[in-house]
Amino acid sequence: MSAPLPGSLPVTAPPATTLQVEVSKRLDTADRHFALDIGFSSTSRRIALFGPSGAGKTLTLRAIAGLLRPDRGRIVLGERTLFDVAAGVDVRPQQRRVAYLFQDYALFPHLTVAQNVAFGLARGWRNPPRGKSHDDAERWIDAFGLREVRGHYPAEISGGQKQRVALARALATRPDIVLLDEPFSALDPALRARMRAELRALQTSLEVPMLVISHDPDDVAALADHVMEIRDGRIYAPAA
Amino acid sequence: MESVWVPLALSLKVAGWATAINAVLGVAAAVALSRWRSPLRDLVDAVLTLPLVLPPTVLGYYLLVLVGRRGVFGEWLSSLGIELVFTWQGAVLAATIVAFPLVLKSARAAIEGVDPQLEHAARVLGVSETGIVFRVTLPLAVRGIAAGVLLAFARALGEFGATLMVAGNLPGRTQTLSVAIYEAVQAGDDDTANLLVLVTSLTCVLLLVIAGRLVPSTRQAVR
Repeated sequence: MSAPLPGSLPVTAPPATTLQVEVSKRLDTADRHFALDIGFSSTSRRIALFGPSGAGKTLTLRAIAGLLRPDRGRIVLGERTLFDVAAGVDVRPQQRRVAYLFQDYALFPHLTVAQNVAFGLARGWRNPPRGKSHDDAERWIDAFGLREVRGHYPAEISGGQKQRVALARALATRPDIVLLDEPFSALDPALRARMRAELRALQTSLEVPMLVISHDPDDVAALADHVMEIRDGRIYAPAA
Repeated sequence: MESVWVPLALSLKVAGWATAINAVLGVAAAVALSRWRSPLRDLVDAVLTLPLVLPPTVLGYYLLVLVGRRGVFGEWLSSLGIELVFTWQGAVLAATIVAFPLVLKSARAAIEGVDPQLEHAARVLGVSETGIVFRVTLPLAVRGIAAGVLLAFARALGEFGATLMVAGNLPGRTQTLSVAIYEAVQAGDDDTANLLVLVTSLTCVLLLVIAGRLVPSTRQAVR
């Protein structure tokens, strides 16, 4: 982080939010049969699901975000039930207040950095304007040192800047939790260490809980207190 | 000379209206078909694509059966004061239906080519499904859509069969370029025919060049 985060940043979450996930889902395609059967509960603000690719980590994140509908189970975040088959609850992704940092960041290529950051703050059918945007968005642009590139398009900025834009965009919507899907896999090793340190610093300055999935032990060591190992669609062992 | 510009102007007017209508309906249908999860989807898609493969005369016949004076909706349309047979509006209807699949196909391919991850990202950021269409999907598909719209314009400009069946061949009122060419050839008026053919060909080449420039660019970084 080029500048320390100001204390007035618009992210607050009640302390010790409990994330409770009990979901199962069968996925059958022509060449792959996969059964996801995940159950865990955590009160930590720094959670990690650790495991090899293909273990079901991304599927779990997508289920929490509402982008994948489990066959059975329930997902509860703090006081709010996001998903419960038995009770017929399936909160739409738009209403879950769950932020998702995609592996390749999924920045909107047709919008500038500032428009990307303000994207979730603009309601309705029109994108945020190119010029001055929402105050919250401007604060995040400053907090992540993106002032100089605020008018640039995603194709014109570096990998580290892309990640900052994605984080700023996610945090600007004041989520109750941030899900991070292999946050550093798109970066080269040198940059990876730096961005990891940045994210770690961010965790200490923000109240919002973060759930990281990664296959990299260094990520898990730096970014999580509560680490769970996931293998073949199941929580394998609650590692320390 | 006057005999050249009148049908050209009429053709441009008819093709312009047909294209404007298709730009709205074709894109809307493409969005609906790309979002709709139903076994009926392929059937609806096939029916909407039918004008691409059916002979225009068959389409013209269907239109007469539907909107002709003694057609299924003929009386109802007359009571509303809408007259489609032997009018330029009828030519617009014919051109619209013939060119519709070109917008639908291009728009649907472009819309389904948009990275679903970006739509998911918008969803998680709290933007409504309609908002996603207008803020993410359509802006990213705009080049493919524009190429389809241009193709539809070119197709509407050259429409002959269905137009002749529905709108007829009334000089100055429903006689479009391609119909005028047919008449000039029939009448042995080679000078007029040559000029009309040249104007039509040049217009279509120009449109194809523009359409071709739009399509490959969709694979590059889009702004």
